[in-house]
Amino acid sequence: MTTEKRIERHTIAVLVDNEPGVLARVIGLFSGRGYNIESLTVAETDTEQHLSRITAVTSGTPMVIEQIKAQLGRLVPVHKVSDLTAEGPHVERELLLVKVVSRGEKRVEALRIADIFRARVVDATIESFVFEVTGAADKLSAFIALMKPLGMVDVSRTGVVAISRGAQAL
Amino acid sequence: MNGSEVVLRALVDQGVEVIFGYPGGAVLPIYDALFKQNSLRHILVRQEGGAVHAAEGYARSTGKVGVVLVTSGPGATNAVTGLTDALMDSIPVVCLTGQVPTHLIGNDAFQEADTTGITRPCTKHNYLVKDPAQLARVIHEAFHVARSGRPGPVVIDLPKDILVGAAPYVTPERAKHRTYNPPVKGDIKKIEQAVEMMANAKRPLLYCGGGVINSGPTASKLLTQFMRLTGFPCTLTLMGLGAVPSSDPQFLGMLGMHGTYEANLAMHDCDLMINIGARFDDRVTGRLAAFSPGSRKIHVDIDPSSINKSVPVELGIVGDVAHVLEDMIKVWKARQPKLDRQALKSWWAQIEQWRARDCLRYRPSKDIIKPQYALQRLQEHIKDRDFYITTEVGQHQMWAAQFLKFEEPHRWMTSGGLGTMGYGLPAAMGVQIAHPKSLVIDVAGEASILMNIQEMSCIAQYRLPVKVFILNNEYMGMVRQWQELLHGGRYSESYMESLPDFVKLAEAFGAVGLRATKPEELDDVIKEMIDTPRAVIADIMVDKTENCFPMIPSGAAHNEILLGPGDELERQVSEDGMVLV
Repeated sequence: MTTEKRIERHTIAVLVDNEPGVLARVIGLFSGRGYNIESLTVAETDTEQHLSRITAVTSGTPMVIEQIKAQLGRLVPVHKVSDLTAEGPHVERELLLVKVVSRGEKRVEALRIADIFRARVVDATIESFVFEVTGAADKLSAFIALMKPLGMVDVSRTGVVAISRGAQAL
Repeated sequence: MNGSEVVLRALVDQGVEVIFGYPGGAVLPIYDALFKQNSLRHILVRQEGGAVHAAEGYARSTGKVGVVLVTSGPGATNAVTGLTDALMDSIPVVCLTGQVPTHLIGNDAFQEADTTGITRPCTKHNYLVKDPAQLARVIHEAFHVARSGRPGPVVIDLPKDILVGAAPYVTPERAKHRTYNPPVKGDIKKIEQAVEMMANAKRPLLYCGGGVINSGPTASKLLTQFMRLTGFPCTLTLMGLGAVPSSDPQFLGMLGMHGTYEANLAMHDCDLMINIGARFDDRVTGRLAAFSPGSRKIHVDIDPSSINKSVPVELGIVGDVAHVLEDMIKVWKARQPKLDRQALKSWWAQIEQWRARDCLRYRPSKDIIKPQYALQRLQEHIKDRDFYITTEVGQHQMWAAQFLKFEEPHRWMTSGGLGTMGYGLPAAMGVQIAHPKSLVIDVAGEASILMNIQEMSCIAQYRLPVKVFILNNEYMGMVRQWQELLHGGRYSESYMESLPDFVKLAEAFGAVGLRATKPEELDDVIKEMIDTPRAVIADIMVDKTENCFPMIPSGAAHNEILLGPGDELERQVSEDGMVLV
């Protein structure tokens, strides 16, 4: 076992029984043991078997990452823990909604940048837009940075969802 | 059947014989059902905390799951310390808590508490039953979870309407859990690799803990067999005492903060550490950076999260101790490994040198009773009997671990992980319920015993002949010792004035009170305590200023162990050490 102190960022997928309290168990585990959560998303993915998939992005030394996986694995409602970062190539996506309030040249510029980022306008008034963008987390952050001076008043992000590349399933 | 009857039927089908509990509004339907049946025995404790410790004592001395029944709100919150204790020491307990009816949940109803929320971090798992159809399945599953893998406490929160309304029953066979089935067999390739590493070791050491006890009596037999087969020295943690016979010459005594000199130095100097069912607790490792710097490490544990948690190991084997040991013995016998006899001989010679320091030696006294002497005398009187020991927490606990000898597992019940003062008396109650004919002694301190003294009333009700052996130094001894060694002798709030007269207190509870103040009275008091067929409190007035040695100061390494009062703290305890507990 390596004792390296290097901090790594890992994306972990967890398949759980969709039962009351399961999210609290996972979050409580992270806070109780002092692990980082950069983002965490959850939704039911199998309605027949009532399974939810949690995607957690966390960071820590290799020893801490191993601990996080082992601790998640021993929760009773957890079916499977998969370290997407360690297990090979995978796709990470996030959805962002941004509200921009502006007039004149700023409004036009916001629309122009939205086009470059392939953002969709999902709501519009005379003085505002709501843009929807999907992509990697750093792309969304870049979009937010550009929208700030153009009248951005509200942001909502989903957090990362991820899936492995290739034919292999979780 | 109504919900309450389903609950009791499920308990009976799970092999439960005894429940420790305390009634209240939300669980009245279960108490009503209890009244109408004869297969389950209910022990009425005096506070819910006592119920959980009693269930722990019952579980640890029998290997079965301990069962607790408490009401909603304060009943459940009082149980929290016991649940945390059971979690830390991996003790299988199922705790049924009452809850307000489902339509009132979240309404700040009378005696409502968010029990599943409060107990989530202090249980292995918990359930809130909202659907009567799930009731029986949940109870069966709770027992499965409590006893499988690394054992632990499980809470089932039962709203009153579920207990009153009709509910279907399903048998345990029809309620299998779909995911939670921890593997028990270790990876055979890794076991072969472990044997290979052991065969080449020059200074090997077996470091074993509570996992051996939890795995069942077979595990202890196999460990003893393996220890003798290899000829390796063996040390045990506080939780593991009794896993190999104390009298075995290969046993080096307990290790850790108050462990023996030979065990701790062997930990520091070994070249191969074989950890079987222990968890590199901070009481054992001391300063991590200086922990056994020259050794390769093998770790056998049923909980994958224990491996590489605080100490990185070369080889981790996930599995049940008994299963892994069984395979390990097979592989060892098949391979007939050629050991480095010469190296092992000099390793043992080194260990014998350490052992010759006689680290548990203390200055005897003719005038005052030394606590160590009191325990040595106790040991003399109980050694040929069928005895069980529980303890509270503090100096007396460490001395008991050092001076009492356990030849078998399941004879020693102490709060290791959580360090819960007040554990010993209710735990002794639970042990005595399970073993009515045996000698059950709670080795206590005068401060700890007061934390759950109300259970003397329960002991009286069921005529349990529990013996309470108080090493009374009028101080919270371990606090006082730390204040002496680390805080310049400023004894802030560690002395108790107005202690009760324990002899009269015993009598008030219908028990027998005895006292010894001089060394020459000790044997008679111990003898009378053992021979009295009723509950006894023996108040042993011991040296007020005696400290517990050996001691590895906080933040120190194993080889910086202090042997006694003459052994000066060579360097001041570092600031890093001061913040450690």
